Amino acid sequence: MDFLQTIKIALRALRTNKMRSFLTMLGIIIGIAAVIAMMAVGSGASYVISQQIASIGSNIVLIIPGSTTSGGLRTGSGGAQTLSSDDARAIMNDCPSVAYAAGTVRTSGQIVNGNMNWSTVIMGGTPELFEIREWPVVSGRPISQQDEDGAVKVCLLGQTVAESLFGSSDPVGSIVRIKKIPFTVIGILERKGQSPQGQDQDDAVFVPLRTAQRNLVRSQRTGIVSAIIVKAKSEDVIAKAESEIQALLNQRHRITNSKEPDFSTRNLSEILAVAEQSSKAMSLLLGAVASISLIVGGIGIMNIMLVSVTERTREIGIRMAIGAKKNDILLQFMTEAVLLTMLGGVIGIALGAGGAAAVSRMLDWPTLISFQSIAVAFIFSAVVGIFFGFYPAKKAAGLNPIDALRYE
Amino acid sequence: MTSVISLSDIRRVFTMGDQQFEALKGVSFDVAIGEFVAIMGASGSGKSTSMNILGCLDRPTSGTYLLDGLDVGGMTPNQLADIRNKKLGFVFQGFNLLARTPAVENVELPLVYAGLHSKERRQKALLAMEQVGLAGKENNHPSQLSGGQQQRVAIARALVNNPAVILADEPTGNLDSSTSAEIMNLFTALNQQGITIIMVTHEQDVAAYAGRQITFRDGKIISDHLTGQAA
Repeated sequence: MDFLQTIKIALRALRTNKMRSFLTMLGIIIGIAAVIAMMAVGSGASYVISQQIASIGSNIVLIIPGSTTSGGLRTGSGGAQTLSSDDARAIMNDCPSVAYAAGTVRTSGQIVNGNMNWSTVIMGGTPELFEIREWPVVSGRPISQQDEDGAVKVCLLGQTVAESLFGSSDPVGSIVRIKKIPFTVIGILERKGQSPQGQDQDDAVFVPLRTAQRNLVRSQRTGIVSAIIVKAKSEDVIAKAESEIQALLNQRHRITNSKEPDFSTRNLSEILAVAEQSSKAMSLLLGAVASISLIVGGIGIMNIMLVSVTERTREIGIRMAIGAKKNDILLQFMTEAVLLTMLGGVIGIALGAGGAAAVSRMLDWPTLISFQSIAVAFIFSAVVGIFFGFYPAKKAAGLNPIDALRYE
Repeated sequence: MTSVISLSDIRRVFTMGDQQFEALKGVSFDVAIGEFVAIMGASGSGKSTSMNILGCLDRPTSGTYLLDGLDVGGMTPNQLADIRNKKLGFVFQGFNLLARTPAVENVELPLVYAGLHSKERRQKALLAMEQVGLAGKENNHPSQLSGGQQQRVAIARALVNNPAVILADEPTGNLDSSTSAEIMNLFTALNQQGITIIMVTHEQDVAAYAGRQITFRDGKIISDHLTGQAA
């Protein structure tokens, strides 16, 4: 018996009881729609997180000074002024797993353009900083090595600062005052958006590191940086880069076993990977809850198929009497069950995708429907049909033709 | 004449709990090609059990059954299904057509399980319907046909695969007398074309159409004689 004929027979049987077929399918439709919508919302959340990770820059290790004790008072982490521009340069030159290292200083202050002013974060950084953070300028030019070496008073504006001080006009070439010192605006940085912590990364001004060290921050010695930001050569060597840096700085700062290190390193991607993982776990959980409704739907299918087998006992008897084998009957009822669930699956996918789009629009929450989740939902619906259709089909195939023919 | 059916010492014992009931107590008879046989008897006489065995729906507890030269006794259920499909045609009392399925597709059904392609199926089914005088009713559903017409569809379905034997179980049981006569005339005509027919009935006037009458009582054959109407 050819497969096409089997499908034709199954479709006829489903059409015979349209309302019942639809109600039976409803469980699967709701289950699949829920799975699709939940997965879409969940992977939307993962997408946002991975976007934020990308906005920080990939493969990043952050080195901050340790605490210091003065007069019995310990400052918190980052309080000591133990890291220098020379450390940054040494890391870049001597650690083989490091692609870039940039010393940075950070302060905040008022920035003024004519009669407009704005309080913002002021970052000093060597040109490598923008390579590390993968942050290009959209107009003007980036900070050059000459700017750095000559401690030239130039600055790059983040988008938020540019809009606050200049509105819609082009700031490149204008003079602004940062902490009352005039700086030439040489470029505008690309928009970055929010950091994973929810800070506006575009609300910042960048100046060459040496310029900042000389003019904007106070320190006990020259060449002090408040943090060194490092980019490892690839994702695989982040941990290696971290240990290379620790070894190098221990040596440079003469840290021995008995002395507490005066710096600490942080692997940012690791922190964010954890965040991403938790969002994945969340979407998995949502999916699991939704798949329970699929199982309930599957039981509904089994129930109706059992009723259908009983109702059609005579038909089964006729088919057997004129030559249907056990497998033909088994296949016929299995096909019916699988068609029911797959049809329900397709409708559910459409409904789930529509629901996700509606959530996306109404709640302004990004949703992402992956091809995988559709494939998984589709296959899952077929599997539900096979699993829950098997028992009724087996029952039909096991009927004795004589009894089946006599069944009233 | 060669036998298309040969039963020898067929016994069928039903076991219900610890009770045993012997429905057939050693039945033997042969049916030659082209015969029209009526099997008669009261209910419980064993005629239905022997019909089930003849139809390969049931297997004897002991004894041999040769159908068209093949020993059916040792066959698996799948082989029996094949035999039913290719060697036998069934006509039932209650017509047993698939509802909500056009007449022609009902007739095609055995060919579906025989694995024929749709074109060939349709061609053979239309031919069989013409043979029983139902040309033009192909697309009617069983509910749109009279009892006699429904039984004709069932006969066409039995004929469509060119079986060795047609087995009819009370074919006129649900029909009025004039329609019964119509159906019996159709059987007679088919028999005259050389088709072997075995029919179970309890009505004497229906059995009279057959060329040979076998009568059962208490699981045994009590009479087996030609009626003189043999073709």
